[in-house]
Amino acid sequence: MTNTALASPRPQPVRRRRRTRSVLGKIPGWIIVALLLIVFVYPLVWLVLGSLKTQDEFLNNPTWALPENWLNFSNYSVAWESTAHYLLNSVLAVFPSLAICLLIGTAAGFALEVMVFKGRSTLLLVFLVGIMIPGQMILLPLFSVYFNIGLSSTLWPLIITYTATALPLTVFMMATYFRSIPREVFEASTLDGASILRSFFYVALPMMRNAIFTIALVQFFFLWNDLLIALTFTTDDSLRTVQVGLLNFTGQFGVVDYGPTFAAICINVFIILALYLVLNQRVMRGLAAGAVKG
Amino acid sequence: MKSVLSDKRAIGVLLGPALLVYTLVMLLPMLWSLGYTFFTGSVLGGFDFAGFDNFVRFWNDPNSGPAVLFTIKYALVVTIGQIVFGYLLALLYTFFLKRASNVVRTLVFFPVVLPTVAVSLLFQKMFEFAPQTGLVNSVLNGFGMDSVDWLGNPATAFVVIAVMDIWRAMGFYGVLLYTGVIDIPDDVMEAARLDGAGTFSLIRRIVIPLSWPVIIAAGIFSINGTLKVFDSIYALTGGGPGSATTPLTLYMYRTAFAGGDYGYGSTIALVLTIMCLLVTVAIFRSTARNSKEFS
Repeated sequence: MTNTALASPRPQPVRRRRRTRSVLGKIPGWIIVALLLIVFVYPLVWLVLGSLKTQDEFLNNPTWALPENWLNFSNYSVAWESTAHYLLNSVLAVFPSLAICLLIGTAAGFALEVMVFKGRSTLLLVFLVGIMIPGQMILLPLFSVYFNIGLSSTLWPLIITYTATALPLTVFMMATYFRSIPREVFEASTLDGASILRSFFYVALPMMRNAIFTIALVQFFFLWNDLLIALTFTTDDSLRTVQVGLLNFTGQFGVVDYGPTFAAICINVFIILALYLVLNQRVMRGLAAGAVKG
Repeated sequence: MKSVLSDKRAIGVLLGPALLVYTLVMLLPMLWSLGYTFFTGSVLGGFDFAGFDNFVRFWNDPNSGPAVLFTIKYALVVTIGQIVFGYLLALLYTFFLKRASNVVRTLVFFPVVLPTVAVSLLFQKMFEFAPQTGLVNSVLNGFGMDSVDWLGNPATAFVVIAVMDIWRAMGFYGVLLYTGVIDIPDDVMEAARLDGAGTFSLIRRIVIPLSWPVIIAAGIFSINGTLKVFDSIYALTGGGPGSATTPLTLYMYRTAFAGGDYGYGSTIALVLTIMCLLVTVAIFRSTARNSKEFS
């Protein structure tokens, strides 16, 4: 009683108290956010710091110690020597597959969604099956064929397999993107005298530029980070992709050579980081869309 | 108009290449693998017809049971972990960070796009026991506890794998589920709040039921990936210690390529494929029933 009587003429302290309570109430939330950031950022910081340390520092200093020489990039030169070639292989395998897959996948998405013919929903379902099938189900026959026709010592097995495994999701996502474009657009362009192939190349492809770029990004990460297919079809060291090379990096030196290993992991991380810094919003949206539609 | 959009030649030109590649490199090999299950041998040594021997062998194989169990255990633990932590992130983004969540969202998402091999090697070093004391053991030592040989014991190795794959993917599920949570109409939330619902009962009675379809979709996506886990385990533990952390995918790979038995390898791959099919169908069935209940 007395409290309310005292409080009513001067409402200000009450409001202030409420505000402090809400600030105090937020502390657990901010602690969670801080922990989250530590858990997600510190391992990567630790990785980068490690890449600047010498073997001696690794074995004798505590693991959270800062590097003694911040400009010790010798690990990177050791790591780069073997990684450069693997990087080239990855680029040579991933980008051609991406280009082929996007071209024929977009065309197929267009045919399945815009054009009219019997059995197109069944065909879309057939493509969908490919998203679910584990890679292990197709590896052995492919290995036999590549071996028998003598492709085993080239990058072709990777390019062909990557193109095919990326196709189902590409076709499916493209089909859903085309669904959002009114069919009148293509009818109008054919009325103006364009053949349907012409409308595909000059109307549909330019309109889909954004969608194609998003899918390209999503598929790039899938293919670039792939281990299973690369491991199966790269029988020779000169054909190894970045991921297989990185995996064999530790083995190469017998005793674990910490500095160069950390540097090699770092090189791998930095490439993705550079891409992610520029395109993170699109990457996040694209991957989420791929999951919901798949 | 119809005649232009159903021009057979144009359909052939547009659809043909994709269909051809897909059929030759995915559908045909799938059927071919089915054929392999009745043979034993490899492309290097030649094949012998084996009838149903491979299936009998799978049934009696002392290694196949543990591999199936490990696959299921891993898929359950990691899928539940990814969805639960992803959902907690989504709630944090929506109700606590609100508009400021973009930076945190972007940061937590980063491991999703990192190469699995790089993350696996990073975790290998973080959980290292000897010769270097890794980050995690250093922290334990700091609290006065003894170092743990994380990757040397089956139980702790499983913990490391699960922690790593949840760490890697939770940012992704956070974003995915966030889109589901943010889609809940504001007036529904406002009405519940006016009726006196606290934050927790709001989440339990309004937010979770209304975002349930997205949770299920995320769950299907997650379990489809976790059943097929290969890269992270191959790079982190290699299936060890012994074969304690060997899922079906890895067992298949070992059998086919190290053991040189394509027939038995294909049989294992087939079992895995059937598991993926069954799980997807089962979840679809149960959600179809649930959505009927809701409507």
